[in-house]
Amino acid sequence: MLEIKNVHKSFDAHTEILKGIDLKINKGDVVAILGPSGSGKTTLLRCINYLERADSGTMIFDGEEYDMHAISKSSITRIRKKTAFVFQNYNLFLNKTVLQNVTLGLTSGRKMSRADAKDAAMDALRRVGMADRIDAYPRQLSGGQQQRVAIARGLAANPEIIYFDEPTSALDPELIGEVLNVMRHLAEEGMTMLVVTHEMGFARNVSNYVLFMDDGKVIEQAPSKEFFSNPREERTRSFISSILKKGES
Amino acid sequence: MSERVLQILQDAFPQLVEKFFTVTIPLTLMSFSLALIIAVIVAMIQYAHVKGLSFLCRVYIWIVRCTPLLVQLYLVFYGLPSIGIVLDAYPTAVLVFGINEGAYMAESMRGALEAVPSGQMEAGYCVSMSYLQTMWHVILPQAFRTAFPALSNSLISMVKGTSLASVITVTEMFRQAVVINGRVYESLALYTEVALIYLAFCSVLTLLQRWGEKKLSAYGGTR
Repeated sequence: MLEIKNVHKSFDAHTEILKGIDLKINKGDVVAILGPSGSGKTTLLRCINYLERADSGTMIFDGEEYDMHAISKSSITRIRKKTAFVFQNYNLFLNKTVLQNVTLGLTSGRKMSRADAKDAAMDALRRVGMADRIDAYPRQLSGGQQQRVAIARGLAANPEIIYFDEPTSALDPELIGEVLNVMRHLAEEGMTMLVVTHEMGFARNVSNYVLFMDDGKVIEQAPSKEFFSNPREERTRSFISSILKKGES
Repeated sequence: MSERVLQILQDAFPQLVEKFFTVTIPLTLMSFSLALIIAVIVAMIQYAHVKGLSFLCRVYIWIVRCTPLLVQLYLVFYGLPSIGIVLDAYPTAVLVFGINEGAYMAESMRGALEAVPSGQMEAGYCVSMSYLQTMWHVILPQAFRTAFPALSNSLISMVKGTSLASVITVTEMFRQAVVINGRVYESLALYTEVALIYLAFCSVLTLLQRWGEKKLSAYGGTR
């Protein structure tokens, strides 16, 4: 359902962040993007949702082809209506309650009626276990709770795919589990997900496909079982072992 | 204090208060509303880096902030008629006060807009909201909270600033005091009385500001 080809991006003349990325996601896939800091994972995700504009590249979304550099505003809007994005630092609307955070995009962006929006929002909030905190403001919630609300905000619009940009990296260790749990449930329900993450457990056990990036290139991509049990590239092997060592210490 | 002076103050008080509520306050409110509208528009144009318009906004702020308010009043009221633009005193005062304070408030608003984390706008985009929708529902409300103390400052300063309208013949409270003083010659007593009325009202505004800040930061407060 989503395919991108040969995506390039640099922020200045000397440093190319993305050096020709290809990626294909089928409906129901959960794809994990792994890689060391600075490898371009987050930039790739932001380019895919047009928060950054790629210098070049092609996107095929739902059978339609787009030039990722010259794409029109209306095409971006059309694509975004079918996607959701979960940020590393949640980015909940700070002046809105939990419920308003979820309904705002539905009523103002998608012109849904208030009643329908509230139903969809409550449904989404129940799925992430936050239905009992609908009147709280973001600053009154823990990081894990905020991230679950952010996931509900994305879910409520019934997207075809959800992008996660390091969704647990800003969380205290004891709060990571609740967010990963929600994500695991979504995966089990068949949600298509593209997840930039450092969580090896999630990549190994929940995602069905792993893409390893380093220095702006895809070094290796494989079904997750194969990726972890039998990595082909030397760089992949050293990355996996360095992460696993960190986990043990 | 002699009985005569007390009598003068007593007689003057209702006249001063009347002018305060019928001229000073409405003049302030109208000027402040105008200033607020200008400030929000100018700040949004600069925040969005609209080409051309951004430059005009900077020129506006530059000129207004770098010339005295008194000169601006004279220029519009006494100067413009010579090229055929004749405005009554009261509309002149509203216009000049609004345009003048608008420049300062635009800078407060711009700073507040820029203090809203950029992720807020991105989050709006990602839930299919447009730039203007996110601006209206998310960015501006947060910016107003941040700018609230600075805007309160402007309002309080404007209440007192309207006394300058006296020089272009608007009979607000201060000019009323000048007129009365012309008859009775009790400058110290009368101008102290005027000062106390300003002080009392601005003290109320100061308390309101405190209360407003508490209200704003109670739940949805962003800092």
